[in-house]
Amino acid sequence: MGVDFEKVDTIVDEYGCNRDSLISILQDVQNEYHYLPEDMLRQVARRLELPLIQVYGVATFFKAFSLKPRGEHMVRVCLGTACHVRGAPAVLDEVKRRLGVEPGETTKDMQFTLETVNCLGACALGPLLVMDDKYQGQMSPGKIRKVLRDYKKDAEGK
Amino acid sequence: MIELTIDGTKVRVEKGTSVLEAAKEMGIIIPTLCYYPGLSSYGECRVCLVEVVKGKNRSSLEASCAMPVEQGLVIRTNSEKAKKARKLVVELLIASCPTSKTLQDMASNMGINRIRFKIKDRGCILCGRCVRYCKEQMRSGGIGFVGRGTSRRVATAFGVTPAECRNCGGCEWICPVCERACTANNLINGLCGGCQNLAPVETCAICTGCSESVGAHGHTVY
Amino acid sequence: MKKLRSPAELERLRDRIVGQHDPERPYVSVCGGTGCHAYKCEDVARALGNEIKQQGLGERVELKVTGCHGFCERGPLIVIYPEKIFYQRVTPADTSEIVSETIVKGKVIDRLLYAEPGNGHKARCEDDVSFYKKQQRLIFGNNGIIDPTNIEDYLAVDGYSALCKVLFDMHPEEVLDEISRSGLRGRGGAGFPTFRKWEAARNAPSYDGIRYIICNADEGDPGAYMDRSLLEGNPHSVIEGMIIGAYTMGSHHGYVYVRNEYPLAVNNLGIALDQARQYGFLGKNILGSNFDFDIKVSRGGGAFICGESTALMASLEGRIGEPRPKHIHTALKGLYGRPTNLNNVETWANVPFIISRGAKWYSTIGTEGSKGTKIFSLVGKINNTGLVEVPMGITLREMVYDIGGGIRGGKKFKAVQTGGPSGGCIPESLIDLPVDFDRLTEAGAMMGSGGMIVMDEDNCMVDMARYFVKFLTEESCGKCVPCREGLDRMLDILTDITEGRGKKEDIELLEELGDVIKEASLCGLGGTAPNPVLSTIRYFRDEYEAHITDRRCPAGVCKALITFTVDAVNCTGCRVCARECPQGAISGEKKEIHFIDQGKCIKCGLCRDLCKFDAVLVS
Repeated sequence: MGVDFEKVDTIVDEYGCNRDSLISILQDVQNEYHYLPEDMLRQVARRLELPLIQVYGVATFFKAFSLKPRGEHMVRVCLGTACHVRGAPAVLDEVKRRLGVEPGETTKDMQFTLETVNCLGACALGPLLVMDDKYQGQMSPGKIRKVLRDYKKDAEGK
Repeated sequence: MIELTIDGTKVRVEKGTSVLEAAKEMGIIIPTLCYYPGLSSYGECRVCLVEVVKGKNRSSLEASCAMPVEQGLVIRTNSEKAKKARKLVVELLIASCPTSKTLQDMASNMGINRIRFKIKDRGCILCGRCVRYCKEQMRSGGIGFVGRGTSRRVATAFGVTPAECRNCGGCEWICPVCERACTANNLINGLCGGCQNLAPVETCAICTGCSESVGAHGHTVY
Repeated sequence: MKKLRSPAELERLRDRIVGQHDPERPYVSVCGGTGCHAYKCEDVARALGNEIKQQGLGERVELKVTGCHGFCERGPLIVIYPEKIFYQRVTPADTSEIVSETIVKGKVIDRLLYAEPGNGHKARCEDDVSFYKKQQRLIFGNNGIIDPTNIEDYLAVDGYSALCKVLFDMHPEEVLDEISRSGLRGRGGAGFPTFRKWEAARNAPSYDGIRYIICNADEGDPGAYMDRSLLEGNPHSVIEGMIIGAYTMGSHHGYVYVRNEYPLAVNNLGIALDQARQYGFLGKNILGSNFDFDIKVSRGGGAFICGESTALMASLEGRIGEPRPKHIHTALKGLYGRPTNLNNVETWANVPFIISRGAKWYSTIGTEGSKGTKIFSLVGKINNTGLVEVPMGITLREMVYDIGGGIRGGKKFKAVQTGGPSGGCIPESLIDLPVDFDRLTEAGAMMGSGGMIVMDEDNCMVDMARYFVKFLTEESCGKCVPCREGLDRMLDILTDITEGRGKKEDIELLEELGDVIKEASLCGLGGTAPNPVLSTIRYFRDEYEAHITDRRCPAGVCKALITFTVDAVNCTGCRVCARECPQGAISGEKKEIHFIDQGKCIKCGLCRDLCKFDAVLVS
């Protein structure tokens, strides 16, 4: 059983097999697989003729990359200053409690991955919660239950 | 030749010399940790900080190992400002690597007799000597820095000994903080299982020859 | 579209475009900034488009989705030209009335107008709105009238005419001189004189003649989003600035390094670059001038440190964002070891403006040391949240009260945080301070990239200091000891203080740590990290002391130091809080005054949030 490197090879070729484009290559690989699988990282290192530790170092340095598989839905709580000032930590605590995970972790049923972000630039809507691409503004701990419930229903309904 | 002033005395050195080396030529030994002759300078530990005088009441602190000499530079290696900073840096280092004899000696030389910070034994000061040795001397890519901030550590990719590792033991030999030789039965276990160097094999009462650093599993050093 | 081969061809095209536009013809500009997207502005735009068609006005009325208008608090926003009638909080349901009443009959819909907080006076036009009155929207103003995905809109407002002037009528030394006389200082945070940077990069020797220019769009300060809105709404202004800079410095390769978290900006920038190439503003032989230049876009990976110039360049080279000491300046040896010039998005956007209107005129705006305007993101506990562009020298009081409309909920102003995690806070006693690079630095703050977070009596300054230090410990690259270990220990001490374990020596220890971290760190992140702590200690020492000595949080924020109790006077016994409490800590029958069991209470604040009668007290 061989691992299929076609997608990764295509991406590397798109960037001209250029070592400088490592970060962009990893971003595109992650877009494809929703995280960075070990096999694919090894292939990138092979193609770019870089020591694996260098690729691994880059993959672990930047917060955008995940080496662990992520859930179906991304739940992002903004912890930017404006949101913090309007009470974001309480929102985060409530989300943590409801989902039962810490930031960076995924729920056991692989449905939700929780992440914190530092400012999405929608400060007027703070505190902000983003479910996949949908922005939910003016959040407060009281509104979390409904949002998550609606989302679970939406997700199950699909 | 470049002329600069160190601690009030003028000195002339070759272009490309670092301030640290220029001071050494004059017999002034500035303490270092991450610096190692033969390896590229990194400027991580900040122990070799010196004061660079830029004007009246204007000066900055720079790592002398990573600073190339410049014509007319005025340096004070042991000013109050430099000493205060060095002392705090070493205090922070001991708080993050308490069992290192090198650090303890350095601290007592500087007159540090108490640690005001929470002790969090990281088992490593992240000086990068091992990484630089592997890359520059062995031309290999066995180990490197992984992660960011306080989660930064020296490791191998995916925790597995890479094919590039030639078991030279250089990374362990060049480490400035650990004093004990690796006691694993072969270096492969020693390296990729984490730094064996601080595993208290000879003193830990519960030791099973694990390769985790002091502090893990509640092990203590006597 | 054939490439334009000369300024004359450009002018002919411009005349044609302007000629086609009838200034009397009504058009509707819908704000399409990310903030308004979060308010579903696309639905409003679509509904408006449908209404216009349905009411048979498709030929007469133009609809344009533009960049951010700045007044984010009141989105979705639309402005109806030529009168500039300003409608806020528009919903798709309003669109039919807007078309039939306002566009057709010229009648204004009262409920959609902006009402002045306080006197309730309604503003009819954009220029009457108090939020906009004291602004001077020289750079940001065009966001409201151009469609960022259509280069011809930019040409219609004189776009790329500054470029022509530079390429055909000016020598690089003259451009340098003009930038120098304008007094332009970097808008990224440090405020370094732009012409000096350009001059250094221009004069630096390059063995193969290659020089790079970079646009730093890694806007990392949480709470700041000006650069994003500029890139989303008017990318050509930045592009034009870069081409002018490249010509001046002799560079043929440019990069824009954008945060990964800005998908709309990346998208709009990409479209703008493609169109600029199509029309001949980028690429070989620009407008027949013999000057070649092109720009590549690179996305960040989610690292605040990559906003630092040497870390940014490392990231462009595919390496981790580890800064290096700047003994050898990047102007001499930067990207790939070549001379490199790096400037912020807003700095680049100012350049075409300075060339068009002239340095003399530009230098009449602002103060002695800080010329021109600055775009700020005015956010936090303020009524009118949004992006504002003001002349340097305006006072903080004017910004918070005249433009910002004062503090939300009628609460008391406490402080303004400027400069993000590298800056400091400015208390009420200094609210008449003019916004100026040097004055802010003197006060222990910093202009920074432009984030202005307003805080009120319900914000705890120790908590804010802890917030910034926590942010920085997560973003530190981890290379040097003072930043990596020092900030971590600062966080420990601040956490102890906010959780009631503060010790008397802690304030002095924080000051000592702060001073050393500032001096001993390798780069600007560590070098400015202690600022929020040191400035809050400077102006709010009493709050620190209350936490430590009295185990009390005066603002009622630090969980370990506050207690939630039910106000017997206001409680109606509605049971809402009791039902929702996650710990089941609230007891009380219906219509009975409720009671919170302190042993179970986890201070989550849900009860205070849900109570409609203000019956939950925090002490």
